[in-house]
Amino acid sequence: MSTAAGTDPGREALFRYVLRLGDTSLVLGQRLGELVGHSPALEEDLGLANLSLDLIGQARLLLSYAGEIEGQGRDEDELAFFRDAPAFLNLTLAEQPNGDFGRTIVRQFLLDAWQLEIFEGLLGSGDARLAGIAAKAIKETRYHFRFSSGWLVRLGDGTEESHRRVQDALHELWRFTTEFFAADDVDNELAAAGVAPDLSALQPRWLARVDEVLKEATLARPAPVAYQWHGKRGVHTEHLGHMLGEMQHLQRTYPGAQW
Amino acid sequence: MVTIVTPGRAAAESHDNARLRAQASAEFGADRGGAAPSGECCDWGGRDSGDAHAAGGVPTTDDRERAVWAVLESVPDPEIPVLTVVDLGIVRHVRWWTTADGKPQLHVGITPTYSGCPATEVIRGMIRAALEREGYAGAVVEEVLSPPWTSDWLTEAGRRKLESFGIAPPERSVSNARHLFRAPVVACPRCGSHASEKVSEFGSTPCKAHYRCTACLEPFDYFKCI
Repeated sequence: MSTAAGTDPGREALFRYVLRLGDTSLVLGQRLGELVGHSPALEEDLGLANLSLDLIGQARLLLSYAGEIEGQGRDEDELAFFRDAPAFLNLTLAEQPNGDFGRTIVRQFLLDAWQLEIFEGLLGSGDARLAGIAAKAIKETRYHFRFSSGWLVRLGDGTEESHRRVQDALHELWRFTTEFFAADDVDNELAAAGVAPDLSALQPRWLARVDEVLKEATLARPAPVAYQWHGKRGVHTEHLGHMLGEMQHLQRTYPGAQW
Repeated sequence: MVTIVTPGRAAAESHDNARLRAQASAEFGADRGGAAPSGECCDWGGRDSGDAHAAGGVPTTDDRERAVWAVLESVPDPEIPVLTVVDLGIVRHVRWWTTADGKPQLHVGITPTYSGCPATEVIRGMIRAALEREGYAGAVVEEVLSPPWTSDWLTEAGRRKLESFGIAPPERSVSNARHLFRAPVVACPRCGSHASEKVSEFGSTPCKAHYRCTACLEPFDYFKCI
């Protein structure tokens, strides 16, 4: 791989980085999957299921790649179904429960905007495989962003109650966004190697994108919160374990079961 | 049965392929070098170099590839059976390789439409089955991710088939980012009116959105522009 700054990233760092991306897509996809048959209207049920499908498709591509990087013979299914919560490296926001429809939309919107920046940044990655996956995923993510930002505007600029609900959700979930751009050794090593985008450069662009929609939605952006969650280092809220309990149950009970 | 590609059909396809090649190279030309084997896109043109039949005797590479393309043109998309996998633009290459022990080995490259589209696995199986039925046992059906599929890979023939099937074909120019952030104006596939409205960004499959014509009042599927 061509590396701008000359240093090849360590295999371990690349493995963790790709897992973070894959796990975030997988966990968010699973959360949305929980809503199948429970959305407020048929159209939104289909919409959220389609988002879920795209995200799980991205997770398959990323987790397969992570397994190859690791070189221990673990495939996408092994990684998805046979790791415990502390081995998951998804962003903490992705694992937060669905709550009401407004909260689901706020979570989706914040993560869609984040994925847009990350995938855009990865288009020029020195790692051709990651660049290829990003080019595939970004087309879907743009569509997701249009869906979630459209709904955020409708709810925010809607009735008194819908406004209150999404504003509350925004206040509650905003704290998890600090983690999006908190770079650690893995991020720094891969950015230096020209594999991953520099997170500090992405933050202002993400914020501008978010602000534009919040303004149209007549929503106030919460103040920055210093405390960070550390899902991408394997430290999770209690919600992830419960979610995995359901997601992994069948494969743990009948390992290797196929459709 | 294998359908024979007539010269007229081949010429029409050739036009499509030129458009697709131009689109692909314009959009992705800069980063094609990486993982993808070089010259991959050129296989789109493999079918239409005109005088492949002229020599007689030993089949040329073109003849062998053309025969495989003809088989692929008989494989329907499982979700939208009016389209073949070739119409859908997901077959990226047909290539004959020679193995280490001198045997010919067929490679067919396909690309998924959507990352999570459940039809991809089914399509892979259907292609393999169709090839085996026509005597191409042991073909390697491989996934090609770059450049990613967009609705611009749909052929002209595919667009026409969609419309006559009652599914509005995608608006063009996905390379223009504005189209991705704004709902397009879609013509009703039944009455042709542009007085349509979006019911839902998502429809019965990942590749479709749900629209309604306000002139003839019929609901219809729109093949999403992505």
